[in-house]
Amino acid sequence: MSNLLNISSSPHVRDKSSTKSIMWDVFLALMPATIFGIGNFGIKAAVLIVACIATTVLTEYIWQKAMKLPLTVSDGSAAVTGLLLALNLSSTFPVWMAIIGSVFAIIIVKQLFGGLGQNFMNPALGARCFLMVSFAGKMTSFTYDGVTGATPLAMIKNGSGDPKLLDMFLGTIGGTIGETSTLALLIGAAYLLIRKVITWKIPVTYIVTFAIFALLFGGHGFDMMYLAKELCGGGLMLGAFFMATDYVTSPITPKGQIIFGILLGILTGVFRIFGASAEGVSYAIIICNLLVPLIERVTIPVPFGKEGIKDGK
Amino acid sequence: MSEATFRGGVHPYEGKELSSDLPIKNVMPKGDMVFPMAQHIGAPAKPIVAKGDRVLVGQKIGEASGFISANICSSVSGTVKAVEPRMLLNGSKATCVVIENDDKYEGIEGLGEDRDYTKLSNDEIREIVKEAGVVGMGGAGFPTNVKLAPKEPEKIDYILVNGAECEPYLTSDYRQMLECPEEIVGGLRVILKLFDKAKGLICIEDNKPEAIAVMEKAVANESRMEVKVLKTKYPQGGERTLISAATGRKIYSAKLPADAGCIVDNISTVIAIYRAVCKQTPLITRVMTLTGDAFEKPVNVNVRLGCNHADLVEEGGGFKQDPAKIISGGPMMGFAMFDLNVPVTKTSSSILAMSRDEVAENEPSPCIRCGRCVAACPGNLVPQKMAQAVMHNDYETFVALNGMECYECGSCTYACPAKRPLTQTFKQARQYVAAQRRKK
Repeated sequence: MSNLLNISSSPHVRDKSSTKSIMWDVFLALMPATIFGIGNFGIKAAVLIVACIATTVLTEYIWQKAMKLPLTVSDGSAAVTGLLLALNLSSTFPVWMAIIGSVFAIIIVKQLFGGLGQNFMNPALGARCFLMVSFAGKMTSFTYDGVTGATPLAMIKNGSGDPKLLDMFLGTIGGTIGETSTLALLIGAAYLLIRKVITWKIPVTYIVTFAIFALLFGGHGFDMMYLAKELCGGGLMLGAFFMATDYVTSPITPKGQIIFGILLGILTGVFRIFGASAEGVSYAIIICNLLVPLIERVTIPVPFGKEGIKDGK
Repeated sequence: MSEATFRGGVHPYEGKELSSDLPIKNVMPKGDMVFPMAQHIGAPAKPIVAKGDRVLVGQKIGEASGFISANICSSVSGTVKAVEPRMLLNGSKATCVVIENDDKYEGIEGLGEDRDYTKLSNDEIREIVKEAGVVGMGGAGFPTNVKLAPKEPEKIDYILVNGAECEPYLTSDYRQMLECPEEIVGGLRVILKLFDKAKGLICIEDNKPEAIAVMEKAVANESRMEVKVLKTKYPQGGERTLISAATGRKIYSAKLPADAGCIVDNISTVIAIYRAVCKQTPLITRVMTLTGDAFEKPVNVNVRLGCNHADLVEEGGGFKQDPAKIISGGPMMGFAMFDLNVPVTKTSSSILAMSRDEVAENEPSPCIRCGRCVAACPGNLVPQKMAQAVMHNDYETFVALNGMECYECGSCTYACPAKRPLTQTFKQARQYVAAQRRKK
């Protein structure tokens, strides 16, 4: 044995999962909602989804090429952003506007802050809110079965209708492409939990806090039907399992994740019940995204064995 | 009853099946024997033989040169060929005594003869352990006699025998539990004599049911001993995690196990204590696992200290394919060797030859803040933030984030999906901070 061997610092083995495998797991977990959304809203939804994914991936590629950065398109994060953005749009949303939103998500929200891992806000949600501000009319126009109408949550809020809970659970109702089917979203969420891509901390604290808030301040008392519809309606399930859990923009500390979930629940409740709109998930999440550094600062865990010891020594 | 464990940790591929069923094979050394004077934590030993001297098996050739230091004894008989710097496993050069083996294995007076430990005083026992050069054989190499002499011996109520062997691939402790349980019990009896109030717990992970059965049988008639079954998880055999899982007590970096009323000794170390005290044999052999997918025939071997790693390769049937990486120790905390022509020391637990280098295969990519490092850290730290601080050369923040509590178990790096070299960053930072503190 005269040849020199490879050396490196320990440990010498690595877990199988990678950034890429995680991103594709998320992508896969969104498939039930995506497929259901296409079935529910038709070819228009499919076109929007393809347009968003193609734009985010292409934008990231061109940007990294132009800036002479390492190409990371294959890690799947841009594709996930594109898919999430599309799932957050109404099926009737104009494609060219969706393309603008996709470019905004990748360049303004993600790359300008340093690319993957550095963005302080969920790119898909940042873009959704940008589109909401820019094209409010198109963003809030929902058509289902050829009929333009309010979303189920708006109906409940302004009393213009009484959507069926089963429709809301299955998703055979109006809304954005990916948010309507609670069932499809829960299937994807279960996959992520089983694959340990996400933990229960953020989604569960988020949903439970929101439920308590809705019961206390919703004005419907302990009406379980109302509560169930609030939980199935709007972007809550999509937001709680797929966007609030975005690694980059949620706290890394275990306690911080619980605080994050609680804050999300309260803010979503405030926006939905006291706000002008019936929705509130997107804004709640991006506001809490901004609070992450603060939350982390106050939730650094106590090291092993130092419980109850004040001073470092 | 739920099994004892700790928070955090990881589950790497165990790889123990490669060598777990293979009995320990005695291997006689070839060629010159090389005894580094620094093979323990603390001050290097001082050579007390010179070129041309004749030495016997068990003869002291290096004298401990401080409170935290250890003697070195020869494992063969022969003639001292040189006392000179030679390369060690980690690539550094240090003074070694080189002995030309005469293959006679002529021992010092009394070597291997029975001695009744009950007739010895506690101080005599500690002195014997010190003379025999016994150090912690789990990897750290801390002088055992120092461990056995805590400031307040009456406060010690647990002697933990570490049979967790949580490092993947290694099976040397496991085989010793199966093959010489009476020596483990014997060594523990000696330690328990030093500490009247203490109870001896033999701690074994639940992936070793046969070892648990053998040890339970061995301690059946021992009123002060018990087998403690631990959940299989890396780093269960770490000192802090072991104490916490076995006793519920927790210590941190500024505390010693003795502060929690515990003394922790590895299986091999307890056997070494038994042999030193009851068999008048100093620490001159150790059990190693030669394993990894690049070995033709993985094997557990009992070798004499000072033999050459390169000579051991054929004991494992040679390499069936060129190893990409050879590690001394386990894959989580072991040391990658660049050359096999280095001597076996008291802390050499294995030769692990891997056909693939997973580190080289996995290029680091940007951190995605997934928090798996936080979940994996048994020290309850936030590796992601610590690494960020070090990247910014902000050692103050690193220390404020309790970076000095890290004991470099490697769990964070193992878990990281972005394949970031977190542990390496912390090793560097901890060395830097420690050096800065010494300057003050």
